[in-house]
Amino acid sequence: MKSAVARRRRGSELLLGLLAVVIVVSGYILVQLSKQLDLPPDLWVLLAVMVGMFAVAHLGVRWFAPRGDATLLPLVALLCGIGFIMISRLNHHLARTQAVWTGVGVACFVATLAVVRRPRALERYRYTFALLGFALLVLPLAPGIGATINGARLWVHLGPVNFEPNEIAKVLLVVFFASYLADKRELLSAGSRRIGRMMVPDPKHLLPLVLAWGFSLIIMAGQGDLGSSMLFFAVFVGMLYVATERSAYLIGAAGLFAVASVFAYNAVGHVQVRVSTWINPWPVAQGKGYQLIQSLFAFGSGGFGGTGLGLGSPQKIPNAATDFVFAAVGEELGLLGTVAVVIAFLIVVGAGFRIAVSSDRPFTKLFATGLTGLIGIQAFVIIGGVTRLIPLTGITLPFVSYGGSSLVANFVLVALLLRISDEAAADAEAYARTSAIAVASHS
Amino acid sequence: MNTMDRMIRRFGITVVVLLLALVGQLTYLQVVDAKKLDHDPRNVRRLVRDYSHPRGEIITADGKVAAKSVASNDLFKLQREYPLGDLLAQIVGYQSFVVGNTGVEATYNDALAGHDPDVARFNFRNILSTKDQYGSVVLTVRSDVQEVARQALGTQRGSVVALDPRTGAILAMYSNPSFNPSGLAAHNGTFVNTYFTGLNNDPTHPNLARAYREIYAPGSTFKVVTTAVGLGTGKVTVDSTFPVRTSLQLPDSPRTLANFGNESCGGTLTESFTVSCNTTFADIGIGLGDLFPPGMHAFGVGERPPLDVAPGAVPSTDMDGKPFATNKAFYGLAGIGQGFIAVTPLQMALVAAAVANNGVIMEPHVMSEIRDAQGGLVRRFEPKQWKQAMTPQVSATLTTLMNGVVANGTGTPAQIPGVPVAGKTGTAQVGGQQAPNAWFIAFAPSDAPRFAVAVIVEHGGNQGSDATGGRVSAPIARQVLQKLLQGP
Repeated sequence: MKSAVARRRRGSELLLGLLAVVIVVSGYILVQLSKQLDLPPDLWVLLAVMVGMFAVAHLGVRWFAPRGDATLLPLVALLCGIGFIMISRLNHHLARTQAVWTGVGVACFVATLAVVRRPRALERYRYTFALLGFALLVLPLAPGIGATINGARLWVHLGPVNFEPNEIAKVLLVVFFASYLADKRELLSAGSRRIGRMMVPDPKHLLPLVLAWGFSLIIMAGQGDLGSSMLFFAVFVGMLYVATERSAYLIGAAGLFAVASVFAYNAVGHVQVRVSTWINPWPVAQGKGYQLIQSLFAFGSGGFGGTGLGLGSPQKIPNAATDFVFAAVGEELGLLGTVAVVIAFLIVVGAGFRIAVSSDRPFTKLFATGLTGLIGIQAFVIIGGVTRLIPLTGITLPFVSYGGSSLVANFVLVALLLRISDEAAADAEAYARTSAIAVASHS
Repeated sequence: MNTMDRMIRRFGITVVVLLLALVGQLTYLQVVDAKKLDHDPRNVRRLVRDYSHPRGEIITADGKVAAKSVASNDLFKLQREYPLGDLLAQIVGYQSFVVGNTGVEATYNDALAGHDPDVARFNFRNILSTKDQYGSVVLTVRSDVQEVARQALGTQRGSVVALDPRTGAILAMYSNPSFNPSGLAAHNGTFVNTYFTGLNNDPTHPNLARAYREIYAPGSTFKVVTTAVGLGTGKVTVDSTFPVRTSLQLPDSPRTLANFGNESCGGTLTESFTVSCNTTFADIGIGLGDLFPPGMHAFGVGERPPLDVAPGAVPSTDMDGKPFATNKAFYGLAGIGQGFIAVTPLQMALVAAAVANNGVIMEPHVMSEIRDAQGGLVRRFEPKQWKQAMTPQVSATLTTLMNGVVANGTGTPAQIPGVPVAGKTGTAQVGGQQAPNAWFIAFAPSDAPRFAVAVIVEHGGNQGSDATGGRVSAPIARQVLQKLLQGP
């Protein structure tokens, strides 16, 4: 049975996706031409793989979530493609690994669509997910498999594969929070005890939440992952606000954030460095501020139109392929390119919140809100960091940065959003059908 | 559900506002602040852009590659190399992002780098790449003549400038000591700075292009100018006679001016010119008075010759601001190329060229042609007149006088069998106890001049205080002229 909605959405997805493929392939060819005048011999293989991966993802959606949103997958393909172009331009070796991880990401995307048939069913496994999330968070601290890279103990070595488990943990913890909040939102918003003129909720309802949240934040901050802590804090506060509709939580969270910031500033040495290089990086242009200054130079030299793909010097920026990939985009594609990427994220975020609104269950609403918040705020934290809008915290730019765990986690995240979208559309269709029957029986 | 949807919208709007703030910050960085960031001296991107772009070759008139870019493994992708080393360093210069560009590398940078619109002509391939937008510069300079000049100077400090008087094309311009420019084109800043400091601190000044950046008293070679102005103004004729004497009392001055070796000389202008009689030419200088400076200016003395080798030639010093009434003695000294007069070797080559080319000085230049990446001719240097130094009649008279110098005067070592050579020697005092600078200017064949040359050897070179222009510099000029006459 194929509904009209499914046909229309999958048609749009295919068309938009092909557009993304054309853009990405043209960009890739330009990069190669800037290096030598002949096209690389493996171009057609790569092209086939790119188109193939999009086709597999598209067929997966067609099969498992036919009524899912039409814009998400093409945008993901575009962002992944831009990332791949920049990475292959910076380091051919990394590009090959990234291609493999994209394949793994697409596989996980289809697997998630296949396994999570009914997103609302996840609600039942909230504590399982919470425990799994915590386990993944502390995994890098385990002796033998944990590893410290760039001052943050975030990595796990398993044979030849390195990954950052906290990327996956974030998604699992969002499941827990969405489910817990959906369950206890009335208790949390109404309040049962009076303190002065304030009605506060029973601590026994609040406690699991605060514990889980505090534990995650402390682990992340303890591992030196300030970016993830900030992201997770913001997403959780957002979800809490959406669930309880009480701005008192926002005020409380702001206070807590202030206290935590002051504490971190005084207790953690590199927080001070991050803040002072954010306020004025120029005196330490050759030292602690080098990376940020190189990033700003890249944006400045890129200017409005960019130097053109393959014609800039983004390799001057340390970690250009991971945290600073956006600066590389800024140099070679200019303001036109950077704003295009930001708009792509805006549309992803818009689609995500639209899915949240279209869904009719508190859990799926909160779940979609949390997942969307993760992508949108993560993009803000890292882009804001490399453009010196906010202090820099190392975190990947979803889909664009080099990094397998981030890619896989974000592919799973988008698969979940598509599943929620599909379910909401199916429910709407079913509702429309029953009302139509009701109307018909009346007449 | 409606209230929760409202909250989702609020949260959504917050995230959208955050992302829009990024657009604001990006606009600031990439439009408002972009120029400042791009031009920041710590931002190497501009340099990389210029230095990694393909750059054309600099080729000598005899087809030798004097500068080329080869692939390098660093950020800049290309490394500039100078296969001829110190031989053409003071003409070709260097491309250095540490200490800047000089020489042809600077003058013709736009053509070499492809910024010159004539070089970067539109073609279909350029739509996708600017790789073949660069030009090469073909020089007028012959590397074989440079080599002869270098060999002839040997270890002596000095300069050789040879040019075609008919066009101003510089055929050789070498000064010793020279330096290897490759060290300055290196990409390691510390290395380049050390190398550069070493060159600057070297007491022999190897990076001073003496041929067009250093001035010396021209001594008796300047008598060509004195004679030209005398004949041109009518103050002197070929038939003028001068007293035979050993010295001359300079006016308003306690100084007497002696002839070389305290010899006695004088007589006709021809006799005086042939033996380079100081008293006669000091007399002419004093006799010219305030007519002398405009006559020098006609030769370009006091001006910067329009040489296309950055940072250009330095001007010679003249009698500007020194009126005859209060500087009579110095007009006498100017007549024999001493006192306030100090010129570049290039300027003296132009003096010889003026006589050789019927009184006309052409613009000196080292660029012959600009070619595009495919080897097609883009532009040829169009010879232009720089100065009318004298009338053709005066130049004819001077040619006769200068023929005499080489035939039976102070310049006999410059004789070339079968080819008439016109020349003038100079042995210029430099003050103190230092040996004099030995000069020689000449052109050949003097009946149909194709080559003009100026040679200076500092402090007498190998002969020290025994040196004269005729003994030290005339043989060098002869070797250079012989090579030029042989053809490439």
